[in-house]
Amino acid sequence: MTATLLFVQVLNGLQFGLILFLIAAGLTLVFGVMDFINLAHGVQYMVGAYLVAAFSAWTGSFGWALLLALPTALAFGLLLEALIFRHLYDRDHLDQVLATFGVILFLNQGVKFVWGAAPLSVPVPELLAGSVEIASGLLYPVYRLAIIAAGLAVAAVLYVLVNHTRVGMLVRAGASNAPMVSALGVNIQRLFMVVFGFGAMLAGFAGAMVAPILSVEPGMGDNILILAFVVIVIGGIGSIRGAFLAALLIGLVDTVGRTFAPNLLRLVLDPAAASQTGRAVAPMLIYIFMAAVLFFRPSGLFPVKR
Amino acid sequence: MTELVETSSAPALSLGRRLEIVPIVLFAAFAAAPLLAMLSGAEGYVLSLLTRVMIFGIAAMSLDLILGYGALVSFGHAAFFGLGGYAVGILASHGIEEALIQVPVALAASALFALVTGAISLRTKGVYFIMITLAFGQMLYFLATSLAAYGGDDGMTLASRSLLAGSTALENDFALYGFCLLCLFGVYAFSRSLVVSRFGRVLRGTRENALRMEAIGFEPFRYQLTAYVISGMMAGLAGCLLANQAEFVSPAFMTWQRSGELIFMVVLGGLGSLHGAIIGAAAFLLLEEFLPEILHMTSFFLAEETRSHLAENWKMVFGPLLILIVLFVRGGIMGLLRRPRHG
Repeated sequence: MTATLLFVQVLNGLQFGLILFLIAAGLTLVFGVMDFINLAHGVQYMVGAYLVAAFSAWTGSFGWALLLALPTALAFGLLLEALIFRHLYDRDHLDQVLATFGVILFLNQGVKFVWGAAPLSVPVPELLAGSVEIASGLLYPVYRLAIIAAGLAVAAVLYVLVNHTRVGMLVRAGASNAPMVSALGVNIQRLFMVVFGFGAMLAGFAGAMVAPILSVEPGMGDNILILAFVVIVIGGIGSIRGAFLAALLIGLVDTVGRTFAPNLLRLVLDPAAASQTGRAVAPMLIYIFMAAVLFFRPSGLFPVKR
Repeated sequence: MTELVETSSAPALSLGRRLEIVPIVLFAAFAAAPLLAMLSGAEGYVLSLLTRVMIFGIAAMSLDLILGYGALVSFGHAAFFGLGGYAVGILASHGIEEALIQVPVALAASALFALVTGAISLRTKGVYFIMITLAFGQMLYFLATSLAAYGGDDGMTLASRSLLAGSTALENDFALYGFCLLCLFGVYAFSRSLVVSRFGRVLRGTRENALRMEAIGFEPFRYQLTAYVISGMMAGLAGCLLANQAEFVSPAFMTWQRSGELIFMVVLGGLGSLHGAIIGAAAFLLLEEFLPEILHMTSFFLAEETRSHLAENWKMVFGPLLILIVLFVRGGIMGLLRRPRHG
């Protein structure tokens, strides 16, 4: 019983971690390459979810909705970049935090304005509805497996893009020393735009993928944004590999911790106290984990900047 | 070396003396406000709003002390707010309603929390510092949500405000207002004397260049940690006051959005002037309070339905306003006040 529960929780953790990775990948690149703190990255995730909700209501098909939502999310990201973020690159971090905080306020209210405050729900695509038996007597929803597969696929594509293409090479070079790349004659402004648009699209993709299993509501990006920051800080800012590992770690620590912290504490405390402290400790676990990582490695697991 | 500092800071000082008028006007306005509130007819509303302004002013000022003078961006400062609030709430629920006990307990708890988390956080730099302070803030937030005995997620209502040396004086809104004004002034005076002291100069030195400070024989870590602890205690005091003002404590005291708002208040007012933080807090809270009505009033040429729609979605104006302030008003409100004099 406990073993199957653990297995299911590990799968859930993996799925959560991969979603986090999709968001964190864009965030860590934007941060690493441009030295730009983008708090509005979370609302791009929310916008992705809303776009898929709107398009799937319009077309009636999740597949088409996803196909339409991705370029729209990309265009939206580029629009934000051109309108606001471009003017913030040479400002200090504090200004960036505040201006992007303003973007959050605007967009959270904006989606309320357009779609109403009530949560929207997106039906699970028919092709991926239902559950499969992954072990004897253990059913797991196909759609969640599809999220895991999509997340792994994107991670693989990113790996190839970043490590084996010319653009990827420039991005890596930009993350370790942007002024030097610029001095070597690369149009850093265009590189920034590509990275930014791509990151926005990845966040939108994450939002689109979770739309059928979570409720689509204003402010849904706020908490996941903080988690994404935790991920990139643990992984080391600018490092895709670090973001991937940290996202999976955070996903697993959070999901498995919530289920098993009370059980583990029961070994040392009486049941009532164990469940009480367990519930208190579980949501804190990832932050304790992060503080511990930063205590021993003050610039994350895979520091990029030298 | 001392002489060098003196000469280089002399023009800044004379400019500062000219700007002294700002805090004087500010505190005079706070002192006069209760009289105006009595005339306005809605004194309860005006007093509670201004009391909140002063309380957030204390918190924002405490953040300015480390942010403006030490360049330490704490993204978890709301945690101290919560510590102060919960110290009042938890002690009150056990029958200890005396402020002379609650406040020292709150200050001690804040100092201890700041000492432990500061010692760990200050190992990191820049953005990692922002994130690790956030992490500690979130830990405390989740701890508060799980305190089932003290209301958990929902928070708890205080039976009454704190006693002040056994008397129920603070039940009176005017008395609470006066008490908050006294605290604000005390914290301001203390901070001012702190930043012009030798300690303050070393702190500013570490802001400019920690390595050089180290080279001339100071250990930045000790000064930064001390500033962090002092700042945390001030914010804890603000938390005590906020709990009394709202007669309610909840985990919402320490959400990360609240920490973000505090940073915003400091930057809006202008970094590194202390009274700028108070002005920033006032501007933020008053804008938040009155923007819906301002929008409703200024859009008189639109249809009634559109007007109420606009007022309801005031955040869609507030957000862009924030962005515009960041993009075009460098140095915050204090920067605006200073500019004409520079010519």
